[in-house]
Amino acid sequence: MTVWCLVELDGDAVADASLRALTLARGLLPDTAAGSGVAAVVFGAPPLGDLAAYGAADVYVVSGVDGYAPRAWARVLAGLLGPAAESTGAGRTGGPRPAVVAAGTEHGNEVLAHLGAITGLPMAANCVAVSASGGGKLDLVRQRWAGLLLEEAVLDAPAALLTVATDAVAPAPATAAGAAVVHEISAAVSDADLLVRAVESPGGPSGVSLATARVVVGGGRGVGSAEGFAPLEELAELLGGVVGVSRVVTSEGWRPHSMQVGQTGTKITPDLYLACGISGAIQHFAGCSGARHIIAINTDASAPMMTRADYAVVGDLHEVLPALVKALRDRV
Amino acid sequence: MEILVCVKRVPTVGGAITLTADSRAIDTRASGFAISPHEECAVEEAVRLAGRFGGAVTVVSLGPAEAEEQLRGCLALGASAAVLVETAAGAETGPMATAAALHSVAAAGAFDLILLGNEASDTGGYQVGIRLAHLLGWPAATGAKAITVADDGLSLLASRSYRGVTEAFTLPLPCVVTVKEGINLPRYPSLPGRLRAKRAAVKRIPVAADGPVPAGDFRMTRLRVPDAPRKQATVLGQGSAAVPALVAVLAELGVIS
Repeated sequence: MTVWCLVELDGDAVADASLRALTLARGLLPDTAAGSGVAAVVFGAPPLGDLAAYGAADVYVVSGVDGYAPRAWARVLAGLLGPAAESTGAGRTGGPRPAVVAAGTEHGNEVLAHLGAITGLPMAANCVAVSASGGGKLDLVRQRWAGLLLEEAVLDAPAALLTVATDAVAPAPATAAGAAVVHEISAAVSDADLLVRAVESPGGPSGVSLATARVVVGGGRGVGSAEGFAPLEELAELLGGVVGVSRVVTSEGWRPHSMQVGQTGTKITPDLYLACGISGAIQHFAGCSGARHIIAINTDASAPMMTRADYAVVGDLHEVLPALVKALRDRV
Repeated sequence: MEILVCVKRVPTVGGAITLTADSRAIDTRASGFAISPHEECAVEEAVRLAGRFGGAVTVVSLGPAEAEEQLRGCLALGASAAVLVETAAGAETGPMATAAALHSVAAAGAFDLILLGNEASDTGGYQVGIRLAHLLGWPAATGAKAITVADDGLSLLASRSYRGVTEAFTLPLPCVVTVKEGINLPRYPSLPGRLRAKRAAVKRIPVAADGPVPAGDFRMTRLRVPDAPRKQATVLGQGSAAVPALVAVLAELGVIS
């Protein structure tokens, strides 16, 4: 059996969400198979050191698909998975079964859904924990409601197709990492598989994405107006971060929906989330609970965001932020 | 342009989620139901496209008899026909069976475009649209934050932002596109729209008993609300007097050097 892991790249490095996927994928390897590892699948130049550090024993480098083409990527994974995926009930063994794991990103969920459709296998999106439950079955826990609710489930399939929540499993390097063996393969895909493919163009002006920013300065109803974001933007720039907003801000038209953090917006996983004038509806927590540290600034000390943060400042953001910006500028 | 939009009736979730006694569903006695948010935008997008290219918008939902309420809501927004594939009360239909049921409706019509939400807000399976596209043999794009149909009506451009980069996908019609909230701002239903929706017929068909045989079994055993982090926030102070403490915390966290 093989545990495959689709690895996404962020620039030259392994994407943070894929490090989390590799971490969860390692947990699917049977204990008996000492020295075995995950088989990473990469469409692009593989960062071999990081992949090996996170437990990849083999790295499959795929050529023949230019850029992101979800159905073609899925076709390649189906080919690697091979006949294991095609066996129905009768062909299943009681031992460990193969798995394909990907990050619970837009790409990961999309590719694995295509893989599920190609193979007829079930697909479990946004898993936070997986363990063998005997007889080749898997016990798993996955997110519903963007993580506000957890589903416990049993997966009994000839091969497991899983994506890993981007904000729940902490990335952890393997304890005994070796060197990874590289396998160059060329994609066997049809024109139909390649029909839908991404044409990329630069996104926002900052170049820093909300989903991967290390610092996010959040603004909510307390910001008060579109113009009120000036101190938040200044602070974000000083800290090398980006501005995110709550749903009320986009509903009011103060900032575009692309900046929204939450269940129907972006899920963020920064080192620091500085939530300014955000009371903290549960839909917002669904987007920011993956932050390592939260600092809240709010006039209402009893707001949910204030009680669930690591640090809280009771006060008006329009007083605190300009003072903070000045203090930071005075330091240098 | 004939457009089919797939919508789902989901619980509205307010301050906290409470579960039923058997932990297999959300307790909705104190809350209401709504159309899953991405799908409300899908209906709006379809109505705008039909307004520009002509044709009609049909909405379909797989769900209990009560999902008629959400379908009438879509009719009030401008859809002109509604189909309910009726399931037993309390039954949860998995993604593969859902795609098969939607396929039976899609294949019975002559649609140029099928829109869905990127994911249902309640189950978050992230796959029904793609599985439906494969059953139809149509191309698919997901997570669209903008759809531009070519003037000749033969293709469309679906785009989204991913890791700070804009991704654009060109698809020939017919095709399946799943959309995300933010693609548009859904209108409020007009009074004439509501009155029309009240009188309109909703076609009801039972869900097929003999679905496809899946190559594996995925079964929910129970739901649980994750433990809230037991954090006790450290209060750094009041107003701008808290700034020195705030700067110290930023340095401690390594955000500033």
